[in-house]
Order: sequence, then C-alpha cells, then structure tokens
Amino acid sequence: MIRDITLGQYYPADSVLHRLDPRTKFVGTLLFVISLFIFHTFPGYGAATIFLAGMIVLSKVPVSFMFRGLKAILVILLFTVVFNMLLTPGRVIWQLGLLKITWEGMMQAGRMAIRLVYLVVGSSIMTLTTTPNQLTNGLENLMGPLNRIHVPVHEIAMMMSIALRFIPILMEETDKIMKAQMARGADFESGNIIQKAKNMIPLLVPLFVSAFRRANDLAMAMEARCYHGGEGRTQMKPLQYKGRDYAAYGILVGYMALSIAFRIWGI
Amino acid sequence: MSIELKHVSYRYSPGTVYEMRALEHIDLSIPDGQFIGIIGHTGSGKSTLIQLLNGLLKPSEGQVLYNGEDIWGEGFSRKKLRGQVGQVFQYPEHQLFEMDVLKDVCFGPKNQGLGQAEAEEQARKALEHVGMPKELFGKSPFELSGGQKKRAAIAGVLAMNPRILILDEPAAGLDPGGRDEILSQIAILHRTRKMAIVLVSHSMEDVARYVERIVVLNEGRVAFDDEPRKVFAHYKELERMGLAAPEITYVMHDLKARGLQVDTGAITIEEAKESILKALKGERR
Repeated sequence: MIRDITLGQYYPADSVLHRLDPRTKFVGTLLFVISLFIFHTFPGYGAATIFLAGMIVLSKVPVSFMFRGLKAILVILLFTVVFNMLLTPGRVIWQLGLLKITWEGMMQAGRMAIRLVYLVVGSSIMTLTTTPNQLTNGLENLMGPLNRIHVPVHEIAMMMSIALRFIPILMEETDKIMKAQMARGADFESGNIIQKAKNMIPLLVPLFVSAFRRANDLAMAMEARCYHGGEGRTQMKPLQYKGRDYAAYGILVGYMALSIAFRIWGI
Repeated sequence: MSIELKHVSYRYSPGTVYEMRALEHIDLSIPDGQFIGIIGHTGSGKSTLIQLLNGLLKPSEGQVLYNGEDIWGEGFSRKKLRGQVGQVFQYPEHQLFEMDVLKDVCFGPKNQGLGQAEAEEQARKALEHVGMPKELFGKSPFELSGGQKKRAAIAGVLAMNPRILILDEPAAGLDPGGRDEILSQIAILHRTRKMAIVLVSHSMEDVARYVERIVVLNEGRVAFDDEPRKVFAHYKELERMGLAAPEITYVMHDLKARGLQVDTGAITIEEAKESILKALKGERR
C-alpha cells in the first residue's frame, strides 16, 4: 500500500559498500552530488554514469530497488523536463502556436533529467546499503565539530534515529488501522477529493493517538534508563576507518579530480 | 452460509528478500453457526488466516469461497462481505476514533448504507449485547477502560449484523475477571444471535470451555482440526509446538498414570471433578 518509499529502506546484503564506514558513504554521496553539478557536458555525464553503474554493481542491491525511489520524484521530473524544453530560448526545432521546442531546451532538459535521476539513485545507494542507525551515527560524527558553536548535534541525531526507527512502525500501524476500519466497511479508495479526505478521519485519529502514546512511552523508557542527552555519553561501537575506507576515499579523490579536470578542459 | 478455504497459501512480500511464507495449503471450512477456536503459537499464521476470511488479504494461491462464490472473483463485493463476515482486531485502539461510543459503533452500519436513525438503533442493540453500561454510550471511547474499549470495538463490528464473527485475541491484555466476562458474553452472542464465531487465541485454557471445534495452526499449516477433547489428547505434540493443553488435562493424565480410572478427555474443571469423584467411588467399591 504505502510501501514504495525507498529512502530509509535498508536492503540487507553482503557487499563492500555495506561494510564501508557510514561517514565514507555519506561524504562519497555528497561528493557525487557535487560532481553532478560540476559535470556539464555529456561526456562528463558518461563518466558519472560509469561511476554510478560501478557503485550499483558493487552494492549487490537489485537495480529495481534503486529506481523505485524515482517514482516519488516523477512529477517533479516531468515538470522540469517539459518546462525546460518549452521555455529555453534558442534554435527552434519544433513549433506549434506559442509552444516551441528549442535545441538548447532539449539539451537543458536532458541535463536536468540526468542530474535529478542520478541524484536520487545516488542517494538511494547510500540509504539502501546503510542501516538508518549507522547513517545517523555517521552524521553525528561528521557534525561533531558543530558542537563547539552550540549546535545540539547529539540531540538532533537522536531525534533523527528515533524518527527513522518509527517510520516502519507507524506504517505497520497505519496498515493495521486501515484493515480494522475496512473490516467495518470503510472505503479509502473511491469518492471525490473531499470525500476521500473525510474518509481519512477514521484512519488519522487512531494513528495520532497511538503515535502520541508511543512517544510518551518511549520518553518514559529513556528516562528510566537515565538518558540525559549527549554530554559525556560514549558509544558502544565507535566508528573506525578501515583500509577499505581509505581506498574508497582514494577513488573519490580521483573521481573528483576527473570532474574538475573535465570542467577546466571544457569537455 | 459458510466460508471455505481451498488450498490457500499466503506469502508476505513475494519476490523480495523479505519473502515469508505465512500459510501453506490450508483447507478449511467454517459452517454456519459453529463456534470455532483457532489456536497457534505467535507467528503460526493465525492472524493471516483470519484476514483471508473476509478478503483483507488476497491469497497467493488457492481460493476463498463464501457460500460457494469466489470472493476474489469478478463482481464480488468484498465490502458487503465484510458486513457479513465481521472481524474484530486485537487492539481496539486501532478502530476507535469518534467523539463518543455510540457514534463510533454507528460507523459500521452507516458504511453499509443505513440512515442515522437505523444505524443508531443497531448500535444501541449491539452495545447492549456486549454488556456496555448505558451511561457510557455518550462517553469518549478514549476514556474507557481496556475491557470497555474491547466491548466497544466488538459492538462496532456486531452492529453490522454479521453472520460470522471473527475475534482476534479478544481476551488479550485483560485481567482474569474481564477475560471471563468478555468470553462468556461472546458465548451468549453465539447462542442468542445464532452466529458462527471464530475465536483466535494462543491460550487453550480460554477457548477450551467455549468452542465446539479447535483448529491448531503450526508453522503455517493446520496441525489439528477436531473437537477440543480429541485435540487435547495430543497434548504432547501440542507442547512441542509451544502450546499447552489446559492444566486440567495434565492433572487427569497424571491421575490416570497413577492408576485412577479417570476420563482424560475432561476439558473443564467441572467435568474433571465429576470424573474424579466417579473414579474414586468406583475404587471404594
């Protein structure tokens, strides 16, 4: 029903990417996204494609999972492509009344589409190979220096991991509530938009009630175990870079150097 | 009026790494007016099984027939079916949402297309049948106690006038007094409304007293399907499945092993008492 959101959906497998340090993966994803904006020619995108394809193969995650996340941005993607095609001034190659498609527009649309798709697929690789807990752990570590300027890094990370942890629980709960109401003849599919919104009430009220109850219970359980925030708190498994992480950073540096070189030479 | 499962299998998330076989080749029929207990350990597939009965889940293989009609056939209204095959879920919190109890119970009948007055009448009747005190009708369902919530949830389904009522762990989370009350209320419903009842539980003790037939599920398959005393005779196998026969079964078997000629098929304490007294009298003679 609501199960096709890839973001934050870990796919268990045994691959190099799964074993990498979450910090490495996070920095890598960030650099990959930046590289997408440094590359501005199709040979450049070719290089990004090779890199991305390599990562997909390394991750051992079925390709269909990677592209599942694209469904969510389909509308944005279509809008970007259509508007870029129609509104970019330049050499006209097709015209119908006020509508015209230009050569430059086509190129621009292609570039935008590639960037958007790669962006989503690239970050999907990270979320598919890293458990949400590892991810927030890595983020907390990377953001550590911000603590000095009084950013509550640990608290933010804790909130994130709790939120992530609760997504599947709430989804399951939604499913159960939907079924319980369907068993009483509720209908979540038919009707116009107002009718549909009204039909959601029997779903949303129990969902919110349970979410608040859970939040309360969790807070209580955390306090009972003397949770008092990040100060002086150590980790059971502190993150540690290994050989493969240094190798990964090496590859990333090479890849970034390539993208900058492409930019300088104007390829 | 009956539900029939023909060779039904169910898999969760088929075709992915998370694939899980929940049920395998189940053949089962639930005739009109019978009081059935479905028993199994956690994860044995009982919740999946009951969701197949009213079309909340679609079987991966096999057919579910209601009065001989395939419920997944073309043109079959599953919404109507759910009015006929009522299902009460384990947690009443999952369905209570209205401002007051009466309105909440009206939700089902209204979905069936009844008008306000008719729906309210059905709701009142249902609430009375589950033994909900009148002064609570206007209260918010969230202010009720656990047992009262459960009653409200059962009434919410009962108000649709189902022919078959499926209850998932109706006694879970209640204290012993509340548990007996709910279960005997259900038994009364069975007698007065002549509806078939499917009671899902992992506790033998709970169902033993009420049901006419027990279906034991183990790892997605039907392990036993018989009247209670015959099922409990397999108490050693039941134990291997992580289930236990009622305490009294053990007592009776122990007594028999020590040479007292008692009826090991006794299910309730009353039956056991009779049997022991009889055996003792026989010995004295």
